[in-house]
Amino acid sequence: MGSSHLEWLSGTVHSSSGNALRSVWRWLNCSLAMMWVLAICSLPLTAISQASETIALQETPGVPSTTQSDVQFESSSDVVTPSAEMATPPANEAADNPLEDTASKLFSEKRFWSLILVLAVCFSVLICTFRARMGAKVYVRPIAGLKAIEEAVGRATEMGRPVLFVPGIMDLNELQTVAGLSVLSSVAKESAAYENNVHVPTARSLVMTAAREVVQAACIEAGKPDVYNDDSVRYITDEQFAYVAEVCGWTQREKPAACFYMGQFFAESLLLAENGNSVGAIQIAGTAESSQLPFFVASCDYTLLGEELFAASAYLSGEPQQLGSLQGQDLGKALAVTLLLVGCLLITLVQFKELGPYPQIAYDVLYHQILGRD
Amino acid sequence: MSAVVESWFLILAAIAMLLGGANLFMHHSNLIYNQKPGWGYSALTLAGFLVTLVAGLLKLGVPLTPQFPEYAWAGNFEDQPGVIWWLYEYIIKPSTSTMFALLSFFVASAAFRAFRAKSTEAALLLVTALVVLLGRSYAGTILSAPVGDAYSFAALTDFVIMSVINTSGQRAIVIGIALGVAATSLRILLGMDRSYLGADE
Repeated sequence: MGSSHLEWLSGTVHSSSGNALRSVWRWLNCSLAMMWVLAICSLPLTAISQASETIALQETPGVPSTTQSDVQFESSSDVVTPSAEMATPPANEAADNPLEDTASKLFSEKRFWSLILVLAVCFSVLICTFRARMGAKVYVRPIAGLKAIEEAVGRATEMGRPVLFVPGIMDLNELQTVAGLSVLSSVAKESAAYENNVHVPTARSLVMTAAREVVQAACIEAGKPDVYNDDSVRYITDEQFAYVAEVCGWTQREKPAACFYMGQFFAESLLLAENGNSVGAIQIAGTAESSQLPFFVASCDYTLLGEELFAASAYLSGEPQQLGSLQGQDLGKALAVTLLLVGCLLITLVQFKELGPYPQIAYDVLYHQILGRD
Repeated sequence: MSAVVESWFLILAAIAMLLGGANLFMHHSNLIYNQKPGWGYSALTLAGFLVTLVAGLLKLGVPLTPQFPEYAWAGNFEDQPGVIWWLYEYIIKPSTSTMFALLSFFVASAAFRAFRAKSTEAALLLVTALVVLLGRSYAGTILSAPVGDAYSFAALTDFVIMSVINTSGQRAIVIGIALGVAATSLRILLGMDRSYLGADE
């Protein structure tokens, strides 16, 4: 049951029951809408509740008056207290109720808003995927680096030179490496179609095994299974700079006409890219390591910046359901931008003292509770 | 939970390491056997591989431990003055440092190409790089001495370029990456994207 559901989600089973699909889509749409409404409504409601409790505390006889800066959020249980002693329950209270203790270990109230935000993004992605599957048009802006793959491989074939693909230096448990292997699939398919050889040196054994599968499957898909050669996907070493030495040496000897660097890179990024540049290769790089992006931008012809690397497999596949997920990702960006704007507005309003404590309280709720910052 | 998954991944990676080692051995053996160009390097690689493997497995040169003096192999294989320690200290470390040192020359050549004012954007990059360079060096301090600390190159670098422009750009990229990771993870978990397994279907 579970696996069939997954297959249905992934689109491998083309269900004929269009009505069921539509009803599920409507249900998901409603859920998402409700979640968005809940998220948006909760912000002012929480702020109002906080404000009224603070004012009540200030007005209570015997309770010392608190200033705005004295307000502390001891937990995300929506209780504002003037001091830690008042908010903290007696130590033996939680111990008396083991069930509550276990529940508190399983569910961190401090992360409640993180859960809401993650769910909102996930639902956005899922709903946009379903919409795309149902035929909704999805526009994805052209990504120059991915459009240039065919040109780069074609050029390498014309020049009679090989193609180099470096899937980063990290293992398969890194998502960037997985994203890099997805791009390798397309590069290997293009290369196989032109009967050219793609050289894939790897720094991890598991990556080598996975890359071999990817290249072999791409060759078969391109209708040229005999192009695949086990020796083209090799394990070099786990040692960072020893790996770089091997790849740079190979680059200088074989002079590839197209170099792809897709995955997680560190200090070796510039060494690899400058070596590729010195032999006159077309270079396309992609990484989510923001500290290495400037090096790739300086040395490569095209660079996939951060999220573009993750979007690459969806973009290259051209499948509506995968492209739909990119649209959902953009909705997540819209949510992030909204939160940024609200934060900017609130911190500006805080400067106007005549508005009372409300902007400060709303800002504290946004900063401490929703964003979970200390 | 994550610790258990990590442990399983390490076990898997350790087994896969045998595949990697076997691949390395077979590839270079073939090159030597067929006397391909550069086979001497392969011989050197294989020699290094085998020496390190034997020295590590047999714990050659590793001193006895005070806790278990009667067991010759009780010490850590990396302990001084073991062979592995020597190899690391006198071969791997200097070689790695040499490779890393090359980075400074590559930074210079990459900067030379990137900072040519071929377009408006490149010109902006050039001016920004110049300000940051001055802000991070004594030359900038000397040049901006007449205008005071508040308007110095260092202040411009720290409080405008690095704190505002650079940080906002970095955060935009990081937010995009986080969302990309979430969407990609979903695609993989739901089986929508299987290209990394070798087949899309």
